[in-house]
Amino acid sequence: MSGDAIAMMVLAMVVLWGGLGAAIVNIVRFKGREPQQTMRDL
Amino acid sequence: MTVTKAPIDRGRFSNKTVFIMAAIGSAVGLGNIWRFPYVAYEGGGGAFILPYLVALLVAGIPLLLLDYAVGHSGRGSAPLSFARISRKLEWIGWWQVAICVVIAVYYAAILAWAIQYTGFSFTQAWGDDPEAFLFQEFLQAGDPGVTLQFVPAVLIPMAIMWVVVIAIMALGVQKGVGATSVVFIPILLIVFIALVIQALMLPGAMEGLQTLFQPDWAALANPAVWASAFGQIFFSLSVGFGIMITYASYVGRKVDMTGSGFVVGFANSGFELLCGIGVFSALGFLAQSSGLAVADVVADGIGLAFVAFPAIISQAPLGALLGVLFFVSLVLAGFTSLISILEVVISAVRDKLELGRVQATLIVTIPLALISILLFSTTSGVYVLDIADYFINRFGILLAALVAMVAIAWGARKVPWFAEHMSRYGSIRLGAWWRVLVMVITPIALVIMLVLETITAITVPYGGYPAWMLGLFGWGVAGAAIVAGVLLSLTRWKPATPMEAPEHDEEVVR
Repeated sequence: MSGDAIAMMVLAMVVLWGGLGAAIVNIVRFKGREPQQTMRDL
Repeated sequence: MTVTKAPIDRGRFSNKTVFIMAAIGSAVGLGNIWRFPYVAYEGGGGAFILPYLVALLVAGIPLLLLDYAVGHSGRGSAPLSFARISRKLEWIGWWQVAICVVIAVYYAAILAWAIQYTGFSFTQAWGDDPEAFLFQEFLQAGDPGVTLQFVPAVLIPMAIMWVVVIAIMALGVQKGVGATSVVFIPILLIVFIALVIQALMLPGAMEGLQTLFQPDWAALANPAVWASAFGQIFFSLSVGFGIMITYASYVGRKVDMTGSGFVVGFANSGFELLCGIGVFSALGFLAQSSGLAVADVVADGIGLAFVAFPAIISQAPLGALLGVLFFVSLVLAGFTSLISILEVVISAVRDKLELGRVQATLIVTIPLALISILLFSTTSGVYVLDIADYFINRFGILLAALVAMVAIAWGARKVPWFAEHMSRYGSIRLGAWWRVLVMVITPIALVIMLVLETITAITVPYGGYPAWMLGLFGWGVAGAAIVAGVLLSLTRWKPATPMEAPEHDEEVVR
């Protein structure tokens, strides 16, 4: 494979798989906040 | 005397993970495996990543989040959720349901072929000429037209598959749809990674990857490449035809919908990249063993799956294993997509008629199974399938998505309200960027795609089929979906069905 092709393959992997990883980390770490306008059904 | 009716539970996903798995199962389908690699190769190879990423972030995920917003706030099937925005928009929901009906009946046929080809991988039943085997021996396709000559090799797996699908759909949202996705998606990932590893070991694999990833920067100046990137993202994500609306209606109020949307969007695209690597590695092997250039063996769709891959399987070491991995992947990816398409229809019928789960499932799936088998297990099935698929994707899904976006954004003017709703419990706040994308940028992108597709469809009769077939199964079916949408929206909702979405999760049970 040429250098160009390898670079683009690695870039695609980093962007798409890295993006997936970042998105998963985001929802796992997100604890949620109680909104200003409470919707709790008491 | 007042008769009190027992509440009907619409069902729901037990947690966020099940919802995300189901949404990924819907998005990851046949198009990821057999369309993306070819589109990427045609669109500039490595350079295609740029328009593809732009399309994902500018149109794909924003549109996905809009679908989520409609279903999550409306707490209903596509027609009910649209009706809860405005009664005038209900027909769009039914139009999406009609589109799903069309897709479901032919999708089942492709899965039946893949099931059969999983078995053929052991015997290499296609011999030296996979194309002749597919059309002449397996499908027994004659001249284009309509016949009622059934092909048992297609009919039997179709019938078995419909029985399995009906059983799963009858189990409900969590135990049927959700559980299937939670089991099938990890298996699909493992099976496809095994396929990629085996494909990478084949001689010629690096030439295949070189062909796929070699950047052609000049392609970025071609508007058609950008249009195809938007098209690939759009068709691949299962947006715009009711699936994500329906699934989002089964999710708890406080679930992080925006964060989930980004996971689903990147999971779908990440899997597409894996498909590109696996498919082009295998095509590189085919090119080398055939003494041809990779460009000469590149194919997509049915040609890739049922002609090129059988040729690869015949020549590759451990070919049977490669074949099983490939066709099982097709079956798993297609199956989870099929159940999501059917869920749109079942959910709509349930909401409208206030039926129980099993009753609604049987009312929807048995007629669909019969139509599916009658039309697509015959010697003319492949032609009808090809035409219906081409037209319903462009003048069904694409057009419906555009109409829905414009109606929500500029008719009902609900986008700011949806942004607030989604941001309330979301990890990613939908600010002005999202409003601009779904109100202006994405509709413009969809209009450009639709205009290009319309010009192509009018100037070049698709596939060289007779005009009457294109008129009946192409334009006719796409038009009938709109008419069906309008007619179904004229029927009344049951008095017990509230036209305002319940405010709290507890009230989802009605």
